Parts: sequence; structure tokens; C-alpha cells
Amino acid sequence: MATTHNDMKKIYLYSRFERFWHWTQSVLIIMLMVTGLEVHGLFELFGFERAVDLHNTLGLSWLVLFVFIIFWLITTGEWKQYIPTSKKLFTVARYYAVGIFKGESHPVHKSAGAKHNPLQRLVYLGLSAILLPLQMVTGLLYWTYNDWAAYGLDFVSLETVANVHMGCAYALLAFLIVHVYMTTTGSTLTTHIAAMFSGWEEVPSDYKAEDWEVHKKS
Amino acid sequence: MGKEGGVQVLNLLDLEKMEVVMIFIRISALAVLTVILLSGPAFGVGDDAPGIEMARQATKGKELWITADHSKFDALKQPFETGPEVTKACLSCHTEAGHQFHKTIHWTWLDPKAEKEMGIGKGGLVLNNFCISIQSNEPRCTSCHAGYGWKNKNFDFKSETKIDCLVCHEQTGTYKKFPSGAGNPAPAPGKLFKGDGKFYKSPDWNKVAQSVSRPTRANCGTCHFYGGGGDGVKHGDLDSSMRMPSKNLDVHMSMDGQKFECSRCHTTVKHQIAGRIYSNPAATDRKSLLEDDLGAKIMCESCHSATPHKSEIGMKLNDHTDKVACQSCHIPTFARELPTKMWWDWSKAGNMKDGKPYVVKGEWGRPIYMSKKGDMRWEKNVVPEYYWFNGTIESITAKTVIDPGAPVKVSRPIGSSMDHKSRIMPFKVHRGKTPYDVVNKNMIIPHLFGKDPAAYWKGYDWVKASAFGMAYAGLPFSGDVGFVDTEYVYPITHMVAPKDNVLACEACHSKQSRLSNLTTFYMPRRDASRVVDAGGWFIVIASAVGVILHALGRIFIKGRKED
Repeated sequence: MATTHNDMKKIYLYSRFERFWHWTQSVLIIMLMVTGLEVHGLFELFGFERAVDLHNTLGLSWLVLFVFIIFWLITTGEWKQYIPTSKKLFTVARYYAVGIFKGESHPVHKSAGAKHNPLQRLVYLGLSAILLPLQMVTGLLYWTYNDWAAYGLDFVSLETVANVHMGCAYALLAFLIVHVYMTTTGSTLTTHIAAMFSGWEEVPSDYKAEDWEVHKKS
Repeated sequence: MGKEGGVQVLNLLDLEKMEVVMIFIRISALAVLTVILLSGPAFGVGDDAPGIEMARQATKGKELWITADHSKFDALKQPFETGPEVTKACLSCHTEAGHQFHKTIHWTWLDPKAEKEMGIGKGGLVLNNFCISIQSNEPRCTSCHAGYGWKNKNFDFKSETKIDCLVCHEQTGTYKKFPSGAGNPAPAPGKLFKGDGKFYKSPDWNKVAQSVSRPTRANCGTCHFYGGGGDGVKHGDLDSSMRMPSKNLDVHMSMDGQKFECSRCHTTVKHQIAGRIYSNPAATDRKSLLEDDLGAKIMCESCHSATPHKSEIGMKLNDHTDKVACQSCHIPTFARELPTKMWWDWSKAGNMKDGKPYVVKGEWGRPIYMSKKGDMRWEKNVVPEYYWFNGTIESITAKTVIDPGAPVKVSRPIGSSMDHKSRIMPFKVHRGKTPYDVVNKNMIIPHLFGKDPAAYWKGYDWVKASAFGMAYAGLPFSGDVGFVDTEYVYPITHMVAPKDNVLACEACHSKQSRLSNLTTFYMPRRDASRVVDAGGWFIVIASAVGVILHALGRIFIKGRKED
């Protein structure tokens, strides 16, 4: 489909737990999106009461999963994959804006030490460090509305919490659209998705990650 | 050596890592399993609140505690000709009942906590938008007074024998007060009431007097079901269908359910029957019987607690009880079996047919036009209106200066979303057009009932009727009568539906919310920020469009290359 290297090799990039949390989180987020938008009044699917019930349960489950994800990131040192860099950031951005149409090859390839290109790092860091936690905090606040007084949070307004929660939801939906689309930009349309299932990603056999890309594990 | 050691350490680390990962997988699988279990149908947890059991025990076998058979008392076997004679016999044993009852609103028709000069009460200067005021109309209105002979303002409120014990305590169901008899039943043998064309028999005094017991739904209903001069006119949640209601109509009072009498919740001490009285809430605290079994009145929470919902979603439902009265969801509509009056336009009264007053009956056989009273509208299965309510209702009197430019709230619920004692409560709002003094800007007390020509129902002259009524009440009158839009509220608290018929969340949580008039707080789904929604959808749609254009670009350019 897209540009192919003649010489490809497969590397084991995504461990079992990594794949597990990715897909579980994706199911949870999509379900949260569906039930959340129903609660917001966009459509009628489960009915308001059931949608609220599901949304709360899914949200709490996501929170539990997220704690495990963070724990995994910390203990395995995989968090370093999210350290942002400006190096080649614009090269990668230029590739998606221009190069991809010209059949150029991706300027940064995946390797075990550097799973994400500079653009991905920035986006995933913003996602996992800002957007997702913000969504969880506002969701938790929303859910515990009745206890605000007991927490000393009376000054918080439900309207603000609800608006931030909705704003984050829209941002997540936008991310989801682009994220899913970007999976089609591999060597074939399904390469990246297949890799996220199997753990094995196809990379050029001659590619060696540069030093700046890899954060050595201590 | 060093190299080998390094490899070993690495391997060990890898092994440890793998183990950690495996543990996480297992724990996560457990977490997901929990999610699946949690999102399944709610477990069948028993719905019995602790207070319910107490309530059942208290009602069970109540009659066992009656230790007197009134048919065996000689005092009640003597010949009676009038009500006061019976009352005298009652008081011969129940020595304290008379002055107990004299203190109650059922006797005074005045708010016991308000200044007497304010005239708060139907016995004073408070009015409604039904038949407006009892002043100068007493004989008709006081057929619902638990007394004998309140025919004008000279009634002796100090007389104990003027108390009507029977209307509340008799159990034969044959005791009827004559509709325009100032509280007296028809004299022997009986009398025809032209107002409804019915013959009212004089009571069999001995039979009636010997039947007395604790008041039942039928006793209270004699007046409270027929307030405003007819079945279901006033309350909306109290009419003759509540005498022996089905479970669908009222889960607590139903004959196939709990069979609650009114006094089950309207607890009574020394003839003081608990309930809201004008600006005095029925109860100031929301307590469970477990906390206080001597509370002023049995409220929903007395038995059901503040956390009555036990299903999985119940936790969220319970989160509502601080701001939403139980009644708001559990009485989805009122007047579910019999219609209630919703509109009364006095300005249309006075039309004649062949020089005579007439009546037009509409659906359900209820009058929709009466020369005497004007236009009226009845409704069944009425969706309540909702207001913040702290248990207090503020009433205006005939002295209050009104603004005729807006509907006059003759009575209105007090409360606000900021007040932690206020909750959202359902109300019947009875609207109408009611006479007022155009110059003095106050509501008018018209003289409606009477055989004299000044009575509106005789002479059909608003100015004469108003002049007479206002003079009777000791209030000024300019001579200029107009009609103003009015509203009068009744809290809806009876006709609690079975839980399967409870209001769905969407009834309030939607753009077509039943609470659309309550705007001082944010409510999920009903409310949304236009800016967030517009901005959010802009970003989402821009992303989608961007992605589509990008994809088209890839396809198009690739296609060109292959050419």
C-alpha cells in the first residue's frame, strides 16, 4: 500500500500487559464516550438511568485500570517512552503534512527503546498526564457531588466540573478519531493495529534508533 | 566475568519484570471481572427500610387497644335532637377533649402561630381563588367546620358544646352535615339542598353517636376530599378516590396494601393533628423513626430513611434525597382517578339563559360553566409543577397590596436552591381570574352566599357583593371591581404510586425537563454550556474532516503515481 521497505524485520514491541491495558482502556473509553454522550442527551440507547449507571461503573473501572497502568509504567521504566523531545518533532509533523503524500518513508522508525516518534510522545504525554487524569478527576468529582461539603469542596461548582468533563470528552473524541486514522499510515493499512494485537511490529531491518531517541533503562 | 555477571543480572531483572507483568495481568483480569459483575443487573436486595417494620408493627392489630364499646354507654342512649346535645354527652366522659379541640386549627380556622390580627387562616382574611373567603358566606363554608352553628362572625368559639365530635369520629357513614347549614346536619326528618338537588336526611343521633371510634379516611375525607364545594375541587391529591384507594393510586393507603388511615402519618396528640399549617412546616427535621419515634409528624423518611434506594443505581438515586422531595418522583401525576379543578375564571360569571342562571357540564360530568361561578377547567392525571419548598407556604390576605400586572400568587411555596432545608416539591397550581379592588389594589372578599340581594348568587352584582363582603370583613372598598390572574398552590404529597410507576430520570434530566422553571442550578442533561458544546463539536468535526481530507489526499496522490 504505502511505501514499503524491501528489507523488513519484526520486533516484539508491545508486551502482553501493554496490549491488555491498551485494548481494555480503549473499550472502556469508547463505552464511556457512548454512555457519556447519551447522558449528555445526544441520543437514546440505554436510557438515562442505565447509561448513568454504566457510565459510573465504567468510569470507576477505568480508574482502577489506570492505577495499574501507571504502576506498570513506573515499575517497568516504560514511562521514559513518554519523555518529550523537540528533536525531529517538526520533521515528523512535516512528514504527515507533506512527505506522506510524496511516498517518503517515515523519518523515525519504531524500536524497542523508542516505541513512539517525537510527535506521538508529545501527544501521549499530554493525553496520559493531563487529559485523562483531568477527565478522571472531574468524573470523580461529578460522581461524588453529594460529598463535596464533607470534603470541604463546597466552593466548587457543578457547572464548572460538568463543563470541564464535557470539554475533555470532546478532546478525547477528537483524539480517538485521529488516533484510529493514524493506525492506517503503517506499511499497510492494518500494520499498526495488527502490531497492537500481536505485539510484533514491522520495522526496516537496517534501522537503528539514534541515541537521542532511546532513554537508557537504569 | 564482569560481562557474564551483567547478563545474569539483566536476566534476573527480566524475570522479575515478567512476574510483575503477570501479576498485573491477573489483577487486571479480576478488575475487569468485577466490572462485568457490577454492570450486570442489580442484586435483589430486600427493599424493607428499618422504619417500615416499625410502622407495620405499630399499625398491626390496632383495634385490640380499643377498650371501650360506645354502644354500651348510657350517656349515648339518651334521646338527642341536636348535635350539641350529643357533644355534651361526649364531654361528660371526655372532660378534656373540649378545650383540647378548641386550640386546634380545625376549630379556629386560624394559624395558631400567627398574630391574630393578621388573620392568617380561612377563618381570618386569607383568601383562595376558589370561593375566595368565608367572610359573610359562613353558613355555606362552615358545613366543613367541626362545629355547629358558625353562621356569622358572632359564633361563640368559647362554647365546648358547639364542637362537632361526630363528623370526625362517627363510623356509620350516615352522618351528613347540611351543605348550607353552618355545620349543622339537616333538622328532622331531613331537607332538600337546592344546590345539588339531594335530600339530606337528619342523622339517627343514637346510632351515630354510639358508633364513634378513631377517625378513618372516610371521616377526614368528609371535608378534605370535598374542599371547595365538590369532589376533588381543591387538592388534586385528595378526593373521594382516596377513601378506599387501589394500590396503583396510593401504595400506603390502599386496601390491598398497607391500609393506612390518614392519622397513620398525621400523628395526633391531644387533638392536634400533625400537618403543615400555612407558614408552619409539617416537620422541621427530616428524621427516621429510629432517630426519633416521637417526631412531630410521620414523613416519608421516618420509615424509609434518607437512603431508601437499595439497587445498584440506588446510590445515585439516594444522592437526590437532599434536594428532591420523595414526592417529586414517586407521585408522577395527581388526580389519577378523579378530575381536579385547575382553572376558575370568576370574570365569566353572571351570564344568564332566559334570564336564569345555568350550568354547563363537561367531561366527567363536572361543570365547565356556572352562572354563579364562571368558567372552570378540570383535568385528570395532572403533571405537577415543581418548586423549591422548605415546608412553608406564604399566603396573602385581603389587606395585601397586589400587583395586578402579574399573576397574583394568592399562596406560594417558600424555598430556594441555596437553602439546605428546601427541596424540590411537586405542586398543584390552581389558576384563575379572581375579583380585586382596582383602585386599592387588593383582593376582594365578595359576599357570595345568602338570601339577601347583595349576595352575588342572588343579585349577580359584583359591586354590591364586594361592598357587602368587604364591609363585613371591616376592609375598605373603592367600588371598582376588576379581575386579576391568580395562582394558588397545594403541595402534592398523597397518591404515592407503586415503585414501578415512579417517574423516569428523563422526566427531569432532559431538555424537556419538568423542572425547566427551576433555573438556579446546573442539572445534568437538561443543562449544557453552549460554548463547550459548540467548541467541542468544532474540534471533533475538524478532526474528522482533517482525517478524511488526509485519507483522500493519500488515495488521490497514490493513484496519480500509479498512472
